[in-house]
Amino acid sequence: MESHILSNSVVAILVAGACGLVLAARRSRMWSAAFAEIWSRRRLALCVIGGYVLIALLDSVAWVGGLEGGQDAVARHQAQSVIDRLFADFQERSYSAPLADTEFYGGAPLRHPGQHLLGTDLIGRDVLYLSLKGARVALLIGGLTSLFAIPLALLFGVPAGYFGGRLDDVVFFVMSTLASMPGLLLLIALIMVLGKSTLAICFALAVTGWVGFCRVSRGETLKLRELEYVSAARALGVSQGRILLRHILPNLMHLVIITFVLMFSGLVLSEAILSWLGIGVDGSWGQMIDQARNELSRDPVVWWNVAAAGGALFGLILAVNFVGDALRDTLDPRTVREAE
Amino acid sequence: MLAYVIRRVIYGVGVVFGVLLFLFVLFFTVTSPDDVARKALGERVPPAVIEQWKANHGYDRPLFPGPGAWTENMLFEHYRRMLTFDFGRSDADDTPIVERIRRGMGPSLTLTLPLFILSLGVAIPLSLLVAFFRETYIDRLGVVISVLAMSVSILLYIIGAQYLVGRILHWFPISGFDSDPQLIIRFLALPLLVGIMAGIGGDVRFYRTVFLEESNTDYVRTARAKGCGEGRIMARHVFRNSLIPLLTRVILAIPFLFMGSLLLESFFGIPGLGAITVDAIQGNDFSVLRTMVYIGSLLFVFGQIVTDLSYGLVDPRVRLE
Repeated sequence: MESHILSNSVVAILVAGACGLVLAARRSRMWSAAFAEIWSRRRLALCVIGGYVLIALLDSVAWVGGLEGGQDAVARHQAQSVIDRLFADFQERSYSAPLADTEFYGGAPLRHPGQHLLGTDLIGRDVLYLSLKGARVALLIGGLTSLFAIPLALLFGVPAGYFGGRLDDVVFFVMSTLASMPGLLLLIALIMVLGKSTLAICFALAVTGWVGFCRVSRGETLKLRELEYVSAARALGVSQGRILLRHILPNLMHLVIITFVLMFSGLVLSEAILSWLGIGVDGSWGQMIDQARNELSRDPVVWWNVAAAGGALFGLILAVNFVGDALRDTLDPRTVREAE
Repeated sequence: MLAYVIRRVIYGVGVVFGVLLFLFVLFFTVTSPDDVARKALGERVPPAVIEQWKANHGYDRPLFPGPGAWTENMLFEHYRRMLTFDFGRSDADDTPIVERIRRGMGPSLTLTLPLFILSLGVAIPLSLLVAFFRETYIDRLGVVISVLAMSVSILLYIIGAQYLVGRILHWFPISGFDSDPQLIIRFLALPLLVGIMAGIGGDVRFYRTVFLEESNTDYVRTARAKGCGEGRIMARHVFRNSLIPLLTRVILAIPFLFMGSLLLESFFGIPGLGAITVDAIQGNDFSVLRTMVYIGSLLFVFGQIVTDLSYGLVDPRVRLE
């Protein structure tokens, strides 16, 4: 299957899933009250995150054709996303400062004088364009990794907590083994062995990241198992699987949401470090920062690359951190902190 | 007590064996020794050369135990070498790994030990201060600044500091190392500053929560009721009783001081273990990477045992059984 068709269908699934979740949450009094409170406390941060998500979605919807003229003949035959189309044929030859009319070194006139809001990079690509494209990569890293890590953690943590015994011992041993390896080194080792594709990097991040949440979900299940309604269900003859799915799992959902948000910023920051080590995801802000390192020692200084990538990264992480704090305060002030 | 210690140590040994198994799966079965040889020698080399290279590095045995090879296999060799600290030679440049680690530990510690102490010395008073002014503007400002500081990638701190000091202020050299104690301070100043900046947000936020939790307990209210001053409450009641959660974090951090700092060392040219690891990553040197992961987990397991035992020393209520 062509990659843009896959990416389009993922967007469709995500949008449909988000709508479904919103509808489901509105029906439950607890969730709608919680989200109303977070919305009232963190309106700005939520809007910022929404902006990043929107940019990432616009960058994921792509189709072939519809581009006329311009220098880049190759681009006309490849799928181009909405963001690509907005910046089509916007290339210069080399560095130019933000809103400049001439090239930064040499002073040759630009093809689009005064239109590059954040300047252009070494090979003349528009920096605003690159920064916007980074949003998709960052959300992909955070989202895909959580998609691996959270189900994995629930799959092991919940049965371990509920059934106890041998199973618990085994899961606990695996967790202590993984947790005892230094996180960053384990991550690097996994990526070097598995390869440097986006999928491999997300998988490696998930392997290093799931342990913390597995511990939380195991601990919470241990507590839930002893509650009266679970004993009542058991006494009524409800099957074990049904107890796990209907009575335990829904009561872990708030932890899933908190963990997802708190994990997210850590994952994106880790990717920046990986990029600097040369094993990051293509097109991420981390790679832009990495490439921009040498530019600061040029004379005169090329600062807009690192400023744009750093600013975009900082904005997303800050918004996510603020929302994460509010989520934790609203949904569960106690359990998650214990696990830190 | 003794039984507890013994059980704890046995479990720790089990975890170390688990780590070694994980590393074996990762570095010998997912990537075979042939892959490693090709990475070191290049893609287009005759099979005889690869066999020779594998023999030189001790990778020429069958992977798993089988009839006639119960000890002559890679799995056994892997465990034997790691457990006896016989790490062999680097895949990339044939230098003995033990020698490299021995040389790297000193420079690493000269960076990480002062960094650790200074970070604690800055973060704990600051978070006590923030917790003292809880629910005022000072507290809220402190939390916002912490979250701001946490949200900046460490790469930006490093790049920013090097730029500021190297290009504008010229206070310190921006990178380098020297074993002369007089010069070393000048070289370490910048990495220390960056390290403290990068960690302080998360630290203050964590310690603040710990202190606040303790401030809401009954005995603190009692102390206040009998007329104890707020400063005294903070110092004598809250701080001392917060030591247990602090201890976990602090003691678990100590073993990793030996591992150095990946980013700070390679950016600031400090020839420690972190820089060695980064070189290994960039040179596809699996043997060094494997060894570093192993040493890291060994130190972690050790630190964890010490933490568990130290609870009994700090808190008389904790009985180790």
